[in-house]
Amino acid sequence: MQYLLMIHNNEAAMQEARKQDIEGVLAAYGAYTEALKTAGVYKGGERLHPSSTATVVRLQNGKTSVINGPYAEVKEQLGGYYLIEAPDLDAAIGWAARCPGAQFGAVEVRPIWAM
Amino acid sequence: MGDVIDAERKAAARAAATRIARESYGKLVAFLAAPGRDVPGAEDALSEAFANALEAWPANGVPANPEGWLVVAARRRMLDAARRRRGAEAASGALAMIGEELASAEASDLPIPDRRLALMFACAHPAIDEAIRAPLMLQTILGLDAAAIASAFLVSPAAMGQRLARAKAKIRLAGIPFRVPEKDELPSRLGAVLDAIYAAFAQGWAEAFADDPRGRNLAEEAIWLGRVVVALAPQEPEALGLLALMLYSDSRRAARRDGDGRYVPLSEQNCGLWNREAIGEAEARLRAAGAMRRPGRFQLEAAIQSAHAARANSGVTDWDAIVGLYDALHALTGSRVVAVNRAIAVANARGAAAGLRLLEEAESAGSLDGYQSYWAAKADLQARVGDRAAAAASYRMAIGLETDAATRAFLLERLGAVSRV
Repeated sequence: MQYLLMIHNNEAAMQEARKQDIEGVLAAYGAYTEALKTAGVYKGGERLHPSSTATVVRLQNGKTSVINGPYAEVKEQLGGYYLIEAPDLDAAIGWAARCPGAQFGAVEVRPIWAM
Repeated sequence: MGDVIDAERKAAARAAATRIARESYGKLVAFLAAPGRDVPGAEDALSEAFANALEAWPANGVPANPEGWLVVAARRRMLDAARRRRGAEAASGALAMIGEELASAEASDLPIPDRRLALMFACAHPAIDEAIRAPLMLQTILGLDAAAIASAFLVSPAAMGQRLARAKAKIRLAGIPFRVPEKDELPSRLGAVLDAIYAAFAQGWAEAFADDPRGRNLAEEAIWLGRVVVALAPQEPEALGLLALMLYSDSRRAARRDGDGRYVPLSEQNCGLWNREAIGEAEARLRAAGAMRRPGRFQLEAAIQSAHAARANSGVTDWDAIVGLYDALHALTGSRVVAVNRAIAVANARGAAAGLRLLEEAESAGSLDGYQSYWAAKADLQARVGDRAAAAASYRMAIGLETDAATRAFLLERLGAVSRV
């Protein structure tokens, strides 16, 4: 099965963090990505720019509406994701728990709807 | 003559189907659902297979391996259902698996592996809402219907059905495995399984099922689940502890009500009415657990019940020993429910005033306003220290929060006694 690990972090806290702390976090992400690849679990993953760069688009009554800002104003924002291959939810949870994002925020695990 | 034989054969077939439904239902669901994690599919297929059995067995006789017969029939249903679904869910590896296993099951007469414990771990998985774990186990392992479970858990059948369906969908879609966790994980995950069984037992204890025409009492079903866990995980002392705890409670079933159906508190129960056999088994289970030297919550709770049960032989209750056990239990769990029970034990060992002080301590640690046992205990202790006005107020709170009619009647009687001048 494939799972999307969605990393939700507090952007404000990240922006206030000291430079060496951020470097530490990035190094941890790098090592984590390597581990995923080595284990043959990695299917993809990207980091996102902060939610201040987000734009929400809808089509309402035939008119396109474009709104500045993230979809939902919450304390923790989607900051990146990994797509992984795992035999079951327990294995996916195991990988989510190792993700640095779990330490600084929360990792939401969602099964991919196989088409 | 022919009619008699026919009727006998039908009765035998029905009896066999009923016995298997009772003893093997969960085993068959677990086995059928495991490959595709498809619990609803397995349940539907199995219920059709049972219906087929009730038609086929009276005519052809009960097969030599009835479980195998049911599995083959149910699998054929699942395969048909999967074929029908194939358009919608093309990439279903489960389909191939079911086909392969069907072929191998028909080819061999091997006993069906018991995956009930794995199914219980799926039902009590941390990804499943805690409140639905016990209902989910009652349905998948025991085959209780949503309406029966709903009435025990005091929710509407429609809501219960929906929650059960949602949980089963999550098992399949999120890929919750049917697996007994590894050793390092086992104790914490087993805790969730045992908690769910105990929740089912506690619901049954409220006797919501007392008038159930099918005579299936939720407490008995929970004991059955406890036996399954003990049989499948005999090296887990907490599983033994839980079984012992439930057996001790159940041993007092006949003594909990007097001839007029009124509630009788433990301290006033006639020990002659206690079920000696159940107590004997509970003692043996608790001893076996203790020998493993890994204490835990359920073992301590069972030990407390064991101390109460000792009154049947000694005629007295060793409240000091009970206080010691509650101290240990409280240190282990930090539970406020335990804190209330500990206060009652202390009141019996060292006087009502000491117990009241502990109750107030428990209350100051966080509100217990909505907890019926807190008010009932407080009322009793206030009455014992002679504070009748306060006791009456506490009894009123306890009565207002009580759901069981017999217990309510008992509390009303006590309220009357403290209100009399």
